Amino acid sequence: MPYPIDRKYTREHEWITSDGTIGITQYAQESLGDIVFVDLPKIGTELTAGKTFGTVESVKAVSDLYAPASGTVTEANGELATSPEKVNKDAHGSWMVKIKLKDPGELNSLLSAADYEKFAGEEAGH
Amino acid sequence: MKHMTRKATRHINQNENLIFEKSSPGKAAWKLPPLDVPEVDTAKLLGKSERKDLGNMPEVSEIEIIRHFTRLSTWNYAIDLGMYPLGSCTMKYNPRVNEFVSRVEGLANGHPYQPAKISQGAMRIMKTLSDCLIEITGMDAITLQPAAGAHGEFTGLLMVRAYHESKGNARKKILIPDSAHGTNPATAATVGYAVENLKSNDRGMVDVAALASQMNEDVAALMVTNPNTLGVFEQEIHKIADLMHAKGGLLYMDGANMNALVGKARPGDFGDDVMHLNLHKTFSTPHGGGGPGSGPVAIKKALEPFLPTPVVVTKSDGTMAFDYNRPQSVGRVRAFYGNFGMFIRALAYIFANGPDGLRQTTEDAVLNANYIRKGLEGTYDLPYSTPSMHEVVFSDKVQSKKGVKTMDLAKRLIDYGFHPYTTAFPLIVPGALMIEPTESEPKEELDLFIEAMKSIAEEVEEDPQFVLDAPHNTRISRLDETLAARKPVLRWKPESTSH
Repeated sequence: MPYPIDRKYTREHEWITSDGTIGITQYAQESLGDIVFVDLPKIGTELTAGKTFGTVESVKAVSDLYAPASGTVTEANGELATSPEKVNKDAHGSWMVKIKLKDPGELNSLLSAADYEKFAGEEAGH
Repeated sequence: MKHMTRKATRHINQNENLIFEKSSPGKAAWKLPPLDVPEVDTAKLLGKSERKDLGNMPEVSEIEIIRHFTRLSTWNYAIDLGMYPLGSCTMKYNPRVNEFVSRVEGLANGHPYQPAKISQGAMRIMKTLSDCLIEITGMDAITLQPAAGAHGEFTGLLMVRAYHESKGNARKKILIPDSAHGTNPATAATVGYAVENLKSNDRGMVDVAALASQMNEDVAALMVTNPNTLGVFEQEIHKIADLMHAKGGLLYMDGANMNALVGKARPGDFGDDVMHLNLHKTFSTPHGGGGPGSGPVAIKKALEPFLPTPVVVTKSDGTMAFDYNRPQSVGRVRAFYGNFGMFIRALAYIFANGPDGLRQTTEDAVLNANYIRKGLEGTYDLPYSTPSMHEVVFSDKVQSKKGVKTMDLAKRLIDYGFHPYTTAFPLIVPGALMIEPTESEPKEELDLFIEAMKSIAEEVEEDPQFVLDAPHNTRISRLDETLAARKPVLRWKPESTSH
């Protein structure tokens, strides 16, 4: 199983753990290609589930990051500013922001690893 | 080279370094005549602002300058050398008659500060072009001011907002299909609207049911490109327009692909309220490095009060004038009257072709795209089988099984003497190869292109690594685009600063 089962996934290709750590999926980094820039929100920013909170730029395109859940940013991964390639090397190990979840119950409506893998497979197969 | 190509061959061309590196002290390509006016004391006049050190200015002879730029020009690919499968989005053929007319002395030397009395000819060109474009689009009025397509979108949405404001509610959202040009959401956001994404259906068109559920009184307009970026005509555009109008919304048409409709279908007739044209696409004025662009915005009657000022009008005595007295106008969006040189070229193109010629241009653009589609169907995956208009979108699905992606195929195409096609767009097709030959390409050039693309597909089967390493026959082989984006070096500095 390439998608860790310790977290939930969105149809916009982000993952989130129960403690509010957010990143993008292996499928997302593969589709984007070489990532050259990651733009993340400042600490204290309020995220709203489903709304954009930052961008990822690859050699192909600039893509929005969508918040998997609502909450307040407590930490942003500054390392990605100078080493965005870490996301390509290890998408599930390279977190982008950590948030204090407003309502942990929001995670229940997200996809499980198995469901996400199926979803990503269908999208790639188009 | 693995496969021989009929189109291109290697031939000697000259190496050339930077002009700064050719410099040697005291060399010059000029000689000034003796000073025949009193010399001024620059230090006294300019004080601290006087610049003593001119930095690294190249000192070279005349022939070195000529050779420098001529050599560089021979490294280039140009539409005058061969086909650009990027099509009208970047470069299509600019007929020479356009250039001839734009150089007529009275036009080339005209100045926007000339009084209207002696600018009547220039104003008549603007009015005649406006009338032609209104006839071609089936709209009611037009502004020629915007400098290019995205600027046209901006101007169009300013008018949309002014229209809704005049009704008491500017509204909040703009709907945009997922196949749209990236400029559409950027424009909507710039004008202050929230952007809502609209999914395409499995035929690559706007999903009318989804639109019906997303359309409400908060939506100011739908921005739709027709034909869309898949080269597919929105067959339900009438229904789409009715859905928008029923809830008081407007239909904005991005006219970037209007070269597939001219003389055949008029946006004004299928319910469009606002649209921009790209004279530098559809009407063959220069594009890419040349330009400048020009993005007229055509509108229906209801939006006419909001047109940017001034508007060219014909007075009762038959003379032309600029009308500035338009209290509901969104204001001026461009210095003077827009990129006037492009108006001349576009009008020359329209007159040189005439109505039948323009119609044939559209037919040829669609025919050429479909000729390529037929030629490469079966070799490359066709994600949408809906009929193609002026462009065709394939995907790298077959080739990517061997690890070769659209970008790699495009790089190999350079070795065959063609400019690459558009890669990775539209976004709804993973690994897209978007090909637009335009109306100008003869069948012989299209055959060479199809042959090259088929040959590359064979190479992928035989030796994928060879394609992954392409281009092989260029001055410089594969560049590290990722490194260039991550660690850009934006300024050249001399290796030794001792001189």
